Amino acid sequence: MNFVPAHETASRPRLVVIGNGMAGIRTVEELLSRAPDKYNITVFGAEPRVNYNRIMLSPLLSGEKTFDDIVINPLDWYQHNNILLLSGDPVIHIDRAEKFVISRSGTKTPYDHLLLATGSDPIIIPVPGHKLPGVVTFRDVDDVDTMLAAAENGGEAVVIGGGLLGLEAAVGLQARGMAVTVIHLASHVMERQLDGSAGHLLQEELRRRGITVMTGADTAEICGTDRVTGVSLKDGHHIPASLVVMAVGIRPNGRLANESGVAVERGIVVNDVMATSDPSIHAVGECVQHRGLCYGLVAPLFEMAKSCADDLAGINSTGYGGSVTSTKLKVTGVDVFSAGDFSSGPDCDDIVFRDAGRGVYKRIILFEGRIRGAVLYGDTSDGAWYFQLMKDETDVTDLRNSLAFGQAFAGGSATNPIDAVAALPDNAEICGCNGICKGSIVSAITEKNLTSLDDVKAHTKASASCGSCAGLVESLLAATLGGGYQAASVKPICPCTDHDHDNVRRLIRARALKTMPAVMQELEWKTPDGCHICRPALNYYLLAAWPGDYVDHGASRFINERVHANIQKDGTYSVVPRMWGGLTNPRELRAIADVADKFNIPTVKVTGGQRIDLLGVKKQDLPAVWADLNSAGMVSGHAYGKSLRTVKTCVGQEWCRFGTQMSLGMGVALEKMTWGSWMPHKFKMAVSGCPRNCAEATIKDFGVIATDGGWDLHVGGNGGIHLRATELLCKVTTEAEVREYCGAFIQLYRETARYLERTAPWIERVGLKYVQDRMVEDAQNRATLFARFIESQKTAQIDPWAERATGGVDAHEFKHLTAAE
Amino acid sequence: MADILNWVDIGPLDGIPVQGARTLQTASDRIAVFRTLDNQVFALLDRCPHKQGPLSQGIVHGHFVTCPLHNMVFSLETGLAQGADDGCAAKMETRLENGMVRVGLTPSQMAKPDAQ
Ligand SMILES: Cc1cc2nc3c(=O)[nH]c(=O)nc-3n(C[C@H](O)[C@H](O)[C@H](O)COP(=O)(O)OP(=O)(O)OC[C@H]3O[C@@H](n4cnc5c(N)ncnc54)[C@H](O)[C@@H]3O)c2cc1C
Repeated sequence: MNFVPAHETASRPRLVVIGNGMAGIRTVEELLSRAPDKYNITVFGAEPRVNYNRIMLSPLLSGEKTFDDIVINPLDWYQHNNILLLSGDPVIHIDRAEKFVISRSGTKTPYDHLLLATGSDPIIIPVPGHKLPGVVTFRDVDDVDTMLAAAENGGEAVVIGGGLLGLEAAVGLQARGMAVTVIHLASHVMERQLDGSAGHLLQEELRRRGITVMTGADTAEICGTDRVTGVSLKDGHHIPASLVVMAVGIRPNGRLANESGVAVERGIVVNDVMATSDPSIHAVGECVQHRGLCYGLVAPLFEMAKSCADDLAGINSTGYGGSVTSTKLKVTGVDVFSAGDFSSGPDCDDIVFRDAGRGVYKRIILFEGRIRGAVLYGDTSDGAWYFQLMKDETDVTDLRNSLAFGQAFAGGSATNPIDAVAALPDNAEICGCNGICKGSIVSAITEKNLTSLDDVKAHTKASASCGSCAGLVESLLAATLGGGYQAASVKPICPCTDHDHDNVRRLIRARALKTMPAVMQELEWKTPDGCHICRPALNYYLLAAWPGDYVDHGASRFINERVHANIQKDGTYSVVPRMWGGLTNPRELRAIADVADKFNIPTVKVTGGQRIDLLGVKKQDLPAVWADLNSAGMVSGHAYGKSLRTVKTCVGQEWCRFGTQMSLGMGVALEKMTWGSWMPHKFKMAVSGCPRNCAEATIKDFGVIATDGGWDLHVGGNGGIHLRATELLCKVTTEAEVREYCGAFIQLYRETARYLERTAPWIERVGLKYVQDRMVEDAQNRATLFARFIESQKTAQIDPWAERATGGVDAHEFKHLTAAE
Repeated sequence: MADILNWVDIGPLDGIPVQGARTLQTASDRIAVFRTLDNQVFALLDRCPHKQGPLSQGIVHGHFVTCPLHNMVFSLETGLAQGADDGCAAKMETRLENGMVRVGLTPSQMAKPDAQ
């Protein structure tokens, strides 16, 4: 994953950066924006990958993001800026006298300027057993991979340390299906950011989510012989675990600097322009100590990056003056904010606001009329406002009485988010991570004609780090562009939510959400019970994610799937019994004729899918109609469902003089295997016995065409409004293969298509290659997809007609209410 | 003309599924009686003003129902079509007393129903 630029410009001084992390690369970005051609730049990275957003390791762990989502600068960024990237190759020695560095691979690289951005190391408490396999820290992608591998087998995990990192790890692991215990030394979690009350609320919330939190707990030993088996506490408790995450803090990494004689105390000592004791060496990020302080959050690092870039570019500036920081916990659905000092003293004035019903706690600490600290739990929308007042040292005496109710109240301003940001002063900070205020965003929007959140991210960095201000930025776009702005970054399922289909699906699985209320609660639905758009989608996603576990929610299905017949424009229904592969017999035909007579069914029609449709059945007659069809051996044809509809066949080798394979038998076998399966949309199949293709298999979702040597499998066809011919998925030889490929294809579609997306647009969106990679090239994955399909069919192949005709299911659907006389 | 309503009992709340509806046939028309997630009861004529779709068959969400034929959304509180759509479904009065649902019927709805 290295990029070597085509040429080096000989005349330029060489800048060597050690550390391909957040602070180092941010400094390079700032430098490039000031003096793009000043240096030949080389970057060494210990991690074997491009620059990514470390903050987002938590959502990577929980499954809310993928690695691609969290990359900040992909390889072509290095290329474009002519930067030599040597990743996976840490620097092991600095020679200050001769001005070169040596990396582990033995490369010797001379420098004129050196930038140290080596971050920090996680602290490992040296208790017995701390080196056992299964003990990890939480610092980089490799750590996350280790945790994910452990979580694959479920089991128990212990997280040592209940700070920000530890809690995010705990929530992530729990989302991945582990039973998690957090061991914390202090009397409540996040004690450096939260007071006791907020800490307690947070602990309660974590417990409610099923995470065990033990406070005042001191680790004595990590147990196990060749792998971790548990953790023993000094009070004698033992907690079994197959994974132990140490998240007890970080230590600035000044090792290289120290060994080469650069001044290091707690961190690498720097001045206000980030120069170390050696004038040709700068340092930025968590590895430094500035005015006696070391930082562990990105906002200060980004400010350092600016001052450092000024200095490297030869620009005179006032330099970096230190930072006041605030913290947010990145756990979806838990809002925690903390800033400044909350240890109340005798001269402090405490404002406390509680709303137990809403689970809200706010505490603002005033000292001499100014905010000195704030702790918010449950409602953090005013965090940025308090933080601003605190940083500006604004006198809030006049606001005191209403301070706890937040900005909207104090300013008498509207609660509409767009009006609220419109009312903010230009110097109000919008993006805390990157220190970007409203004024800079608004001028970037107007001067550079920015129209989307991604544009704003690219041009200003606002919301490019932890992303929690994305909503504010969107409101700013709306306020600045007026009606011209359409928030397009994600396309929510419907107005009930801000999540799009893919996100919801990922979160349902990652966070093991198994009921509709759980999804709506955890993903913060804006309506009490959704709407006709999101509810059927959620019902399907839950059913597909948890077959056998999830209880189908009839009230969230469209009427056709609720009463297992098709509503017609006059409010009557149509009924289509299943005929396997289009095959029927005199007994079935007689029963159909009798039913049509008995219930005065006005229209009987042969469908395009080789079935017989009985149209105009009254709703209250449905159970009796089904009972009669059932007793002739027929079951629901699912002509009404987002499900397998029909398998159309030609007569094939069984009868046809051209037939090359038994297409009829194959069609029946496929239909017996797949009927009853719920899907994102309707799904049609066909099997043709020879390439003449009489069954029209090339406009089906899954089409099979027999050849002399076997079977051609076609996918993604559609005969509807947008006519689309299938694409050839692959050729197979045996009947067993046809069945396996068919099941695997359906399962891949069930798991990855969005609700109401037919296979044709799905394949156009993801590409045929995506499908082939997963189920043609990858035999193992094909086998597991097929196995999951067969598993889910175990609970799907129950005839819904029989359940209602004789089983009494949903009887209320088919009977009127009656007025008492 | 202000109709005088006749309040009739139509059975216990539990007879209507949550987030669902059932119908009541009267002398002159059919009424859809809805039960919402918060266990409130509403009634509309079972006829969408757009194309006469049976509103009782729609998905019930919040205090709204979506017509099964063309997805128009109506307020159960007022009968008014939501969003860009125009139209109003006829609203009927309901009461919930001691777990029993009652609907207020007009005199024409009260006329003796044909024997069925
Ligand atoms: C899980 C997690 C969640 C976080 N959440 C937040 C948050 O919500 N808000 C927030 O503000 N901050 C958060 N942080 C902290 C934030 O990520 C760090 O403050 C930031 O990444 C520090 O930047 P840095 O460049 O100093 O160090 P890093 O980003 O760690 O970069 C240092 C890089 O240098 C490399 N390196 C070290 N030694 C060498 C060598 N000898 N040769 C070559 N390369 C070397 C390292 O491998 C590393 O890639 C979080 C951190 C973690 C781990």
